[in-house]
Amino acid sequence: MSSASGSYYIPHQAKWPIFGSIGLFLMLGGFAAKLIGVGAGGFFMVLGALTIVGMMFGWFGEVINEGISGIYDAQAERSFRWGMIWFIASEVMFFAAFFGSLFYVRMYAVPWLGGEGTTGVGEYTGQFLWPDFAPAWPTNGPAHVGGEFEPMGAWGIPALNTLILLTSGATVTWAHWGLLKDNRPQLIKGLIATIALGFLFVSLQAYEYYHAYTELGLTLGAGIYGSTFFMLTGFHGMHVTIGAIFLTVVLLRALRGHFDSQHHFAFEAAAWYWHFVDVVWLGLFIFVYWL
Amino acid sequence: MATVADTHDTHHEHGPAKGWLRWVTTTNHKDIGTLYLTFAFVMFIVGGAMALIIRAELFEPGLQFVDPHFFNQMTTLHALIMVFGAVMPAFAGFANWMIPMMIGAPDMALPRLNNWSFWLLPFAAALLVATLFMEGGAAASGWTLYPPLVLQTGDALPFTIFTVHILGMSSILAAINIIVTIFNMRAPGMTMMRMPMFCWTWLVTAFLLILVMPVFAGAVTMLLTDKFFDTSFFNPAGGGDPVLYQHLFWFFGHPEVYIIILPAFGIISAVIPTFSRKKLFGHNSMVYATCVIAFLSFIVWAHHQFTVGMPVPAELYFMYATMLIAVPTGVKVFNWLATMWKGSMTFETPMLNALGFLVLFVLGGFTGIMMSQAPADFQYHDSYFIVAHFHYVLVGGAVFGIFAGLFYWLPKWTGVMYDEKLGKLHFWLSFISMNVLFMPQHFVGLAGMPRRIPDYAVQFTEFNALSSVGAFIFGVTQLLLGYIVWKAIRGEGEKVDGEVWEGAKDHGLEWNLASPPPYHHSFEGIEIKERD
Repeated sequence: MSSASGSYYIPHQAKWPIFGSIGLFLMLGGFAAKLIGVGAGGFFMVLGALTIVGMMFGWFGEVINEGISGIYDAQAERSFRWGMIWFIASEVMFFAAFFGSLFYVRMYAVPWLGGEGTTGVGEYTGQFLWPDFAPAWPTNGPAHVGGEFEPMGAWGIPALNTLILLTSGATVTWAHWGLLKDNRPQLIKGLIATIALGFLFVSLQAYEYYHAYTELGLTLGAGIYGSTFFMLTGFHGMHVTIGAIFLTVVLLRALRGHFDSQHHFAFEAAAWYWHFVDVVWLGLFIFVYWL
Repeated sequence: MATVADTHDTHHEHGPAKGWLRWVTTTNHKDIGTLYLTFAFVMFIVGGAMALIIRAELFEPGLQFVDPHFFNQMTTLHALIMVFGAVMPAFAGFANWMIPMMIGAPDMALPRLNNWSFWLLPFAAALLVATLFMEGGAAASGWTLYPPLVLQTGDALPFTIFTVHILGMSSILAAINIIVTIFNMRAPGMTMMRMPMFCWTWLVTAFLLILVMPVFAGAVTMLLTDKFFDTSFFNPAGGGDPVLYQHLFWFFGHPEVYIIILPAFGIISAVIPTFSRKKLFGHNSMVYATCVIAFLSFIVWAHHQFTVGMPVPAELYFMYATMLIAVPTGVKVFNWLATMWKGSMTFETPMLNALGFLVLFVLGGFTGIMMSQAPADFQYHDSYFIVAHFHYVLVGGAVFGIFAGLFYWLPKWTGVMYDEKLGKLHFWLSFISMNVLFMPQHFVGLAGMPRRIPDYAVQFTEFNALSSVGAFIFGVTQLLLGYIVWKAIRGEGEKVDGEVWEGAKDHGLEWNLASPPPYHHSFEGIEIKERD
C-alpha cells in the first residue's frame, strides 16, 4: 500500500483557513449589522470581504506554488478533481432550491390562491381575502405587490445571451483541446474568447436589469414573479461573474506557462464550473424566460 | 520524483507544532478530530443548559422563571445548537479521527480544507449565541424557522440566517472531504465493500449533506430577501406561499435526521461485533440498507406537514413512502441482533451504550411509524408526543451512539483505558434518567399537551415534574462524562496495547496501530484481509 499513499502530500500547518473564517464572520456579521441599521456594518462587511480575497490569494497561491514544485502526485490531483466535482454538485442543489420554488409556485401556490383544487376541502383563506384573484403566470399576486409590471420577454437579450453562453462553452472546450495538444496559443485564444463572452453576457444581463427596473416596472419587489426572476438570474449572474474571474486567473496562469497537457487541474475545474453555469442558464432560459 | 519521496520522509518525523497556534493551523486529522469533539462537548453542555431552563420552567404549571418569549428562544437555540453544534460536529470528529485509520490512509484527502471546515464552526456558534443579547432576543420560532413567524424576529434575524449559511458551508466542506477521502485514499486491497460500516454510513451521510445543506441555505436566503429586499417568496399577497418554505425546509430537514443518525448506525455496527466476538452479520445488506434509507429520506419530507394542508393523494403518498423506511431500518436492527446471536458477549461500557442505543432507537422508531400514518398524525402533530419521539431517536439514538463510539475509541486515542466503573455508572445514570426524562412526554403528548409552550394544564403536572427530574439527572451525568474523558486524556488509567479490545484486530485496521497512534501514522506492512 505504501506506493499509493506514501507520496501523498500532507501540508503541515495551514494559516489561511482561519483568515477565511474571520473574513466570513466579519463580512456576514457586518452585512447583518447593516441590515438592522448599524452604521459600522458596511465597514466590517468590506473588511471581511477583503480578508476573504486576501485569504484566496494566499491560499491558492500556496497551492499553485506547491503544484508547480511537483509535490502533488496523481492521487493528490484526483483529490482536487473529486473535490471540485462535489462542490459543483452542492451548487447545483443551491439552484435546485430556487428552481423548485419556481415550479412549486407556478404549479401549486398560485393556482391554489385562485381557488383551484379546493374540491372537498372547502375554501382556502386566500379566497376570503382576494375572491376575485384569477391565477395566471406571470403574476405579482392577488395584492399586486410592487404595482404594474411587464414580464421579461425571451427572444431579445435572453436569446442572444443563450447563444453567447453556448458559444463560450464551445470556446472553452476548444481551449481545452489546445491544452491537451500542448498548443499554448490555442489555449490562450480560447480562454480569451471565453472570458470575453462571459463578461459580455454579464454586461447584457446588467443592461437587461436596468431595462427591467426603469422601463418594465419589473423589480425584485414585483411579487413572486420579480422574486423568482431576479433571485434565479441574479444568483446565476453572480456565478457567471465568479466563473469568468476564475477563467481569468487560469488565463494569467496559462500566460505564465503553468499548464501542460498532463498537469492542468485548475483549467479543468474552471471549465467544469463554466459548463455548470452554462447548463443552469439553459434551465433559466427555458423556465424563467420562455415558458 | 526523488524530491517528493524526501519531503514525505521528513514529514513523518514531525510531531505536532508547538504552542496554541498548533490547534488553529493544524491539518492533522487527529488534531481536527479532537477539536471537533471538544467543540461538540462544549456545545452539548451549552445546549443542555438551555434544555434545563426549559425543563425548570416546565417543572410545574404557571410561569416561574422565564417569560414566554425567552422560553421560545430557548427551544429554538437548544435545537439549533444540539443539532448543528453538538451532534453533527461530534460525528465529524469521529469521522476525522477514524476514517483515515479505518481505510488505511495517511490523513484526510484535503487537509487544509479540513481545518477550515472545523474553524468555521466556532464563528458560527459565536454569531448564534450572540443573537440572545440582541434587541428582540434570539429567534423564537423553533429551529425550523418557519415564516411568517420567524420574520417577526428582531435584530437577530439576519445573524441567525447567516449562522445557518456558515454552518452549511462547514458541513458541505467536511462532506466533500470525507467523500474524496473515501473514494481516493483507500489503501490497496481496501475495496468499497470491505470498508467498515462506519465509513459507509459516513459516505452516505456526506452525500446527504452535499445534496440538502444548499437547499436549506437557499430557503433561509429567501427568508432574508423576504424580510429585507421586498421579495414575496413566502407572502401570499405577492403570489408566494409560506408552505413553500416548509417544503424547502423539510426537503433538507428530513435527510438531516438521517445525517444525524447514520453515523451512529456505523458506530453501533463497529461496537456490537467487537463485544460479541463475531463478524457483523450481513455487512453487505447493511450497506444496501443504508443506501436505501438515504434514498427514501429524499422522498418523504412532507410527512412533517400532514396537518398543514395538502392534497389527499399527496398525504397518501408521503404516508406510504414514510412507512417504507421501516424496512431497511428493520434490516439493520435485525442484523445487529443476529450479530449478537450466539456471540460470546461481554458488556463493557461501549457495548452497554450500544445496547442502550438499540433499545431506545427502536422505541423511537416505533413512535415514528405511528406518526407516519397521516390520519393518526393529526392527533400527534405539535404535541409532546413528537418531542418524545425525536428525543428517543436523537438522544437515545444519536447521543448514545456517540457515547458508544467515544468509550470504544477513547483508549485508542489516549493510550489508556478509561475508568470502567465510572463509565458504567455514566451509562446507567444516562440510560435511566433519559427514560425518566422522555418516557412521560409520550403520555402527556397523547393526552394533548402541545409542544413549545411554557405553561400547561394542571393535569399534566406529575409527568412534567418527573420529566424535569430526569432532565436534571441526565444533565449532571454528562459532567461525569467530561470528567471520565478528562482523566483519560491526562493519561490516568491502565496502559492499553494497540488492539485494546480482545480480538479487535479482526474488526478494523485502526486496531493495528499503536494506542495512541503516532501523530502521522503509517500502515506500511499491514495486510488488508479478505472479508468473508
